[in-house]
Amino acid sequence: MAKPASNLKKRGVELFNWFDKRLPISDFWEAHLAGYYAPKNFNFWYFFGSLAMLVLVIQIVTGIFLTMHYKPSAEDAFASVEYIMRDVEWGWLIRYMHTTGASLFFVVVYLHMFRGLMYGSYRKPRELIWIFGMIIYVLLMAEAFMGYILPWGQMSYWGAQVIVSLFGAVPKFGGLITEWIRGDYFIADATLNRFFALHVIAVPIMLLLLVVLHLSALHQVGSNNPDGIEIKEHKGKDGKPLDGIPFHPYYTVKDIFGVGVFLFIFAFIIFFSPDLGGLFLEHDNFVPADSMVTPIHIKPSWYFTPFYAILRAVPDKLAGVITMFSAIIMLFLLPWLDRSPVKSIRYRGWITKFLIILFAAAFIRLGMLGLGEGTIAETIESRIWTFIYFAFFALLWFFSKHEKTKPVPERVTK
Amino acid sequence: MSSDDKNHQQGADMGRRRMLIGATSALGAVGVGFVAVPFLKSWMPSARAKAVGAPVEVDLRTVKPDQIIKVMWRGQTIGIMNRSKKLLDRIGGHDEQLSDPGSAVIDQQPEFAVNEFRSMKPEWLVLNMHCTHLGCIPQVLPEPGAYAWEADWPGGFFCPCHKSKFDLSGRVFKGVPAPTNLIIPPYSFLDNNTLIIGVSGAA
Repeated sequence: MAKPASNLKKRGVELFNWFDKRLPISDFWEAHLAGYYAPKNFNFWYFFGSLAMLVLVIQIVTGIFLTMHYKPSAEDAFASVEYIMRDVEWGWLIRYMHTTGASLFFVVVYLHMFRGLMYGSYRKPRELIWIFGMIIYVLLMAEAFMGYILPWGQMSYWGAQVIVSLFGAVPKFGGLITEWIRGDYFIADATLNRFFALHVIAVPIMLLLLVVLHLSALHQVGSNNPDGIEIKEHKGKDGKPLDGIPFHPYYTVKDIFGVGVFLFIFAFIIFFSPDLGGLFLEHDNFVPADSMVTPIHIKPSWYFTPFYAILRAVPDKLAGVITMFSAIIMLFLLPWLDRSPVKSIRYRGWITKFLIILFAAAFIRLGMLGLGEGTIAETIESRIWTFIYFAFFALLWFFSKHEKTKPVPERVTK
Repeated sequence: MSSDDKNHQQGADMGRRRMLIGATSALGAVGVGFVAVPFLKSWMPSARAKAVGAPVEVDLRTVKPDQIIKVMWRGQTIGIMNRSKKLLDRIGGHDEQLSDPGSAVIDQQPEFAVNEFRSMKPEWLVLNMHCTHLGCIPQVLPEPGAYAWEADWPGGFFCPCHKSKFDLSGRVFKGVPAPTNLIIPPYSFLDNNTLIIGVSGAA
């Protein structure tokens, strides 16, 4: 008579096989986890892709629970958010997870994008990964903007007013387009209601699809690494890259460590400073929307402020809007603007190395200036940094092709 | 060998097939275009939103000299300012700093407001308060002086959002993001003490 335990195990295997024959479970596991070889020299900068996925899951789960209590109408929205905060059991925690998650999403994504810039992860053959990533970034901005409208506070209202009016700069059709977006002659109930629909259904579905495309493209060509060399060029007798290790268990374990550190920071903000001094939740948004009074100091959430500073730096409506949107469009072109013979910043010439650092400085400084009140000095400084921001793309294109690079090693280094 | 070649060898009429695929796709695209119209149109202001647009009456006795009140008309904030001689004197004298001192841009005001004071009666300024840049409500700062954003301010409206500046007639200064003067809505006076916004009067 067989032991019951082994009998149970046999049953378990049979059950798994029943499914595996009908659904490619083990094929998927092999292709994307246990058999997916990633370069062995990933460093700190490689935490942020998996962290972005974690935050996406947090946002979706907390978002679903928030919709159960939130009311998307101009009449009820503000009160229903306060209801969530005060009366719904644990509602405050779920909402703070959602608001903190939104800001940390951008922290993680900006670090993830800077990693790509440093190590040339957008270079051939990874152009599509970068393009899909950029679309995710744009969708994320739309998602964050529409989410910020929902509490229907003063910043929600006037933020919506300003952003929607940007489309009014389009010659001839501007008025029609803004009317179409708002569904009324001003930011009204109709606007809030449709932004809610887009925020909870339309954009999240597109985001999930884009994440699938981003990862499919990544796994098709394989991951880049801090040395910017192709591990597939050196394979062992077994056909596996010599400088690669299976994603599972090596990087799953590494990423779980990253998740631990991230959740520690996440929880700290939620419990000790959920508005982070007005940076994550702006103080004016604790006042209900009033269509007759614009707050004295209106500014967008911190993750939009670099672009806001660029908008403010240009003293002309249409030109300002075009400049601001160009600042995002230029990023899409990076794979073709960068013509360096090497990918990674480690082996670049000093000019492009300096340019990348200067670009990061311009982005951060513009972000800080966008938070300011817009004094004359700030405006002049914004113009200088805006110029540097755009000059980066031209200079990168110009200097990268013939730059003097350091020799790139054959195999990955530490 | 491509699949087209293979099908051709098996006797398929490729020209006919291409024509059928083309016709089916074209008809499908037209269908999608037609179906898209209701969805796109559903975003336009609804019949209810259009209906809420009746003229608004204002009792002018409630507005003291040098005071401004705000009322809502078609979802827009309309400012009604009682300008004394003191304020009217601050309107002239800086034309060279303005983009459009003579209100030459049409559609920014009714015919009767094409003048220095941009109003039917000089003392009564009736103004759509929304900044022509991105729609914020400018602050009312009628007192001249030095401010953080302007060393020599003649008095007027200052938009906190993107630092657009307008004088006490709502005329835009040069070098700010706002492209045009503030909009003057259609209005008329029922009698000496009653203003009606939304019904245009003659000068």
